Amino acid sequence: MLIWWYIVQGFAAEFNQALSLILNGDAELWAIVLLSLRVSIFAVLISAVIGMPIGAALAVARFPGRRVMIILVNALMGFPPVVVGLLVYLMLSRSGPLGVLELLYTPTAMIIAQVVLVTPIMAALTRQVVEMLAEEYSEQLRSLGVSRLASVPVLLWDARLALVTALLAGFGRAIAEVGAVIIVGGNINHVTRVMTTTIALETSKGNLALALALGVILIGLAVVVNAMVSTLTLRAEREGLRHA
Amino acid sequence: MIPDFIRVSVVALGLTTGIGWADEPFIIVQSTTSTQNSGLLDYILPGFEAETGIDVRVVAVGTGQAIRNAVNGDGDVLLVHAKPAEEQFVADGWGVERFDVMYNDFVLVGPKSDPANVKGGSDIVEALATVAGGEAPFVSRGDDSGTHKAEMRHWGAAGIDPTGASGTWYREAGAGMGATLNVASGMGAYVLTDRATWLSFGNRGDLEVLVEGDPRLFNQYGVTLVNPEKHPGVRATAGQRFIDWLIGPDGQAAIDSYMLDGQQLFFSNAK
Repeated sequence: MLIWWYIVQGFAAEFNQALSLILNGDAELWAIVLLSLRVSIFAVLISAVIGMPIGAALAVARFPGRRVMIILVNALMGFPPVVVGLLVYLMLSRSGPLGVLELLYTPTAMIIAQVVLVTPIMAALTRQVVEMLAEEYSEQLRSLGVSRLASVPVLLWDARLALVTALLAGFGRAIAEVGAVIIVGGNINHVTRVMTTTIALETSKGNLALALALGVILIGLAVVVNAMVSTLTLRAEREGLRHA
Repeated sequence: MIPDFIRVSVVALGLTTGIGWADEPFIIVQSTTSTQNSGLLDYILPGFEAETGIDVRVVAVGTGQAIRNAVNGDGDVLLVHAKPAEEQFVADGWGVERFDVMYNDFVLVGPKSDPANVKGGSDIVEALATVAGGEAPFVSRGDDSGTHKAEMRHWGAAGIDPTGASGTWYREAGAGMGATLNVASGMGAYVLTDRATWLSFGNRGDLEVLVEGDPRLFNQYGVTLVNPEKHPGVRATAGQRFIDWLIGPDGQAAIDSYMLDGQQLFFSNAK
């Protein structure tokens, strides 16, 4: 709290300017916020489509190397975004294997980078949830004659609320990330400039007001996302109790 | 070759997201932080875009990184400020031809208290030697940018290798000009900066210009088309059109008319 007070004191003018930019609905600012949301929401949805089946398969299937794969997926959750950015850049560069697709410095490139970052989170969290449920229901499913793999859709459906939590966690990682998207997006005005890259740019210009305004919006989004997570977790727990 | 399923899924991704597949023609310009942070490009580009309908997408990084990106073919036009490195870029076949565009100058800024007592001088080499002699804090870009290359030339002329003192009085920020100025402003250090970024910088704190006017502080910008023979994907026609505009009367006039607080930041000098 004390630190926050010092910040507000030291940058009172910038902070007021930041608030007025937000409250007056500055068009440029909101275009940046909207692009950030579009990129990260698409990235999270695609990550879910890829990561959740992988996570569920890791939870129920039994095959050699499974433990190694689980460790790998868990470790990939902490993959440094800058390295992801570099790898995606090398793939999409005109000198790279996918260069002919002309995707570098487009929002699609940023979505790809965020998918690489978020998919391990989806897979790891899904694996945990589904594994727990699979153990809980193993006798029931076996008595109904459902094979392990065939039980995946049922388990995923049953875990849906917990999986929404995974979605939100992935969204949190995607929207707050700067290292990867600045490399593959290039921070091009009106094309690939999102909230985090604008914060980096405006800070480097010494324009602390706009940087701070975007920081406030990012914190606001984080609060909203966390509130949604806790509400859903609470609901999931209540429904869990009702089942029991 | 790329498997069809990847091609199809990428196109599908582009279609569903509806972004990144603009119809309008565009070029990608690899440029430096100084041209963007100073606001110059935001000021002159709308004129070219209105005249030609070509959208200019600027990737602003340090000169060293801009050149490396251009070597990889990730840009159509290179607009940077390190003439020897640019000429090497052309000599190696990566660029078609380099043209002078404009100039401004570097200045040495530092804290008003001026612990090394260099204020008012116009000899950059002598000033740097004094800073080093007194071990006064100095922040370097440290990122192989045009400004960093220029700084290293002046240290070389003074016969000093400051990197030996890296981490003590000599700090390598490894960042863009603005970010480096933020560091210098925060720790009250000396720093070499281009005048345009300095004039448009909003967080000067206790810093002021101490040494200026040395002919060796001249800062030349050049523009080069990335060679389409090396990278067939280069948008050569649109890129050349931009270069012709930039070094032609309209572009040169636009550069000269950019003012900030009544001061001209860049001076056209295309031949």
